[in-house]
Amino acid sequence: MAERFTKSMARNIYLGGSTFFVLLFLVLTFDTQSRAMPERDNRDQLTEQVVRGKHVWENNNCVGCHSLMGEGAYFAPELANVFDRRGGADSEVFKAYMNAWMNAMPTNMPGRRQMPQFNLTDQEIEDLASFLEWTSKIDDNGWPPNIEG
Amino acid sequence: MKYESQRVAMPYFIFALILFAGQIVFGLVMGLQYVVGDFLFPEIPFNVARMVHTNLLIVWLLFGFMGATYYLVPEEAQTELYSPLLAWILFWVFAAAGTLTILGYLFVDYATLADITMNKLLPTMGREFLEQPTITKIGIALVVVGFLFNIMMTALSGRKTVVNIVLVTGLIGLAVLWLFSFYNPSNLTTDKYFWWFVVHLWVEGVWELIMGAILAYVLIKITGVDREVIEKWLYVIIAMALITGIIGTGHHFFWIGPPEYWLWLGSVFSALEPLPFFMMVLFAFTMINRRKRNHPNKVAALWAIGTAVMAFLGAGVWGFLHTLAPVNYYTHGSQITAAHGHMAFYGAYVMIVLTIISYAMPIMRGRPYGNSNTAQIVEMWGFWLMTISMVFITLFLTGAGILQIWLQRIPESGEALSFMATQDSIALFYWMRLISGCFFMAGLVVYFGSFLIKGQASPAEEVRGPATQDA
Repeated sequence: MAERFTKSMARNIYLGGSTFFVLLFLVLTFDTQSRAMPERDNRDQLTEQVVRGKHVWENNNCVGCHSLMGEGAYFAPELANVFDRRGGADSEVFKAYMNAWMNAMPTNMPGRRQMPQFNLTDQEIEDLASFLEWTSKIDDNGWPPNIEG
Repeated sequence: MKYESQRVAMPYFIFALILFAGQIVFGLVMGLQYVVGDFLFPEIPFNVARMVHTNLLIVWLLFGFMGATYYLVPEEAQTELYSPLLAWILFWVFAAAGTLTILGYLFVDYATLADITMNKLLPTMGREFLEQPTITKIGIALVVVGFLFNIMMTALSGRKTVVNIVLVTGLIGLAVLWLFSFYNPSNLTTDKYFWWFVVHLWVEGVWELIMGAILAYVLIKITGVDREVIEKWLYVIIAMALITGIIGTGHHFFWIGPPEYWLWLGSVFSALEPLPFFMMVLFAFTMINRRKRNHPNKVAALWAIGTAVMAFLGAGVWGFLHTLAPVNYYTHGSQITAAHGHMAFYGAYVMIVLTIISYAMPIMRGRPYGNSNTAQIVEMWGFWLMTISMVFITLFLTGAGILQIWLQRIPESGEALSFMATQDSIALFYWMRLISGCFFMAGLVVYFGSFLIKGQASPAEEVRGPATQDA
């Protein structure tokens, strides 16, 4: 680098640039969280049951195999749209599906990827189903591209 | 080694390398589970192996960063460490907490672990990379605070070099952003948004400051280039990192709920994120070309160049490959992400820790000019085996990802293959990835072997560098 470009100039770019972008990021975060998100995440439908379902999701480390809105592990199917894929976007159908599925695990088919038996109660399975149904309705800019996730 | 207290870095480095080996073992377990689905089921289900693999990585890199800091801060500040005793105590606390947590993952059912650690009181568990019980998270926070106290008392009482200032700034950022791991709102979109404050702002933010500072330190030592020049480069690199990386967080906000303006902001700024890594490549090569001495520890120079190049490829090139929103729409959450994650973490953070270990370990072992020629050659074999294996792991995962997108994402609903059918059809790529992983393990064994070779380099091997010949 040319001698004209001094260390103190470099330092000022670092300090000025990072301060500016930290502030910009905070402003954008404020706008996203306070203005935009309430219209996009259906928080009026965020019931007690959905919240309980999120805890079931977390306490069993579901994200250790599955992805949710594309984040998590890539060992097992995406679940943000499983309500549409397996439940036909119908709450009752989906709950019945979830109950049957969770109780049938593991399949014990030799050589196949196995999902553990989590021994959830019927109530916990219903809570989890509500959480996944709520998640499927978040406005996520139209992701994933198709029903397979 | 100029100051006796620098030696406290040694246990940190040794423990980091032990955990590194554990990380690779569990990586191989998962690599096999990808193709033989019921391997070790139900004893070690995939989610447990993955948690152990990723958490070991995070913890051993933290051990590596701490070791690097304990080693270089006193030397830069030209003073002894404020409290070597505190550094030792924190080492045992962190090592015990980390080991217990990993054993908990392996031997206790996760829901039970959440229960007995009273996750209910402050639910923070069950989120990717932040699976640690809340009590462990608090432990990490306390260890980091004690560590920062020790380091700042040292740095503030001595010479304030740019390397120290940048390193300490990065570490403070690491500590502050960790606090977001305790914030787990019941609204999933808010949870995900602030989850990235830990994950992205660590690895594509403050960790780059830590990496830049360690790289600058090692380059000063092995090239003898004027500190003024190196510090100027360091400022430019970290300026680029933060200017692009902070708003670049937006590339994670595309499909998790935040509004559409992030599609533009995330795409534009993250497309610029390769810049700081490219500058690091120029930095490393330029400094070594302009070296004022030929340091006999040649393998440390190899690691320094290696980390810059591989970070640029893994974080820069493989990151750019899928960061533009129209591309990411198809690649998000596919094996492309896994490919990028592997090479980026290896190139930027594994290799920078191995760089400082390669430079500092021989000195702490009483070999001021580096290990013997034989040991260095063996270490270089380890370097190439691990690095080339990681290139192949990345290439095979990229191949798997492209096919996955082609079969599962691009076709219309109804025509696309299901997730599991897709996984079956790309299994060949997972087998090849597993084989590459075995070569990586072999490289790690060779690398460890280099530590067993006795002898040291002699100062006579240092000849006058090109710059002094000109003068």
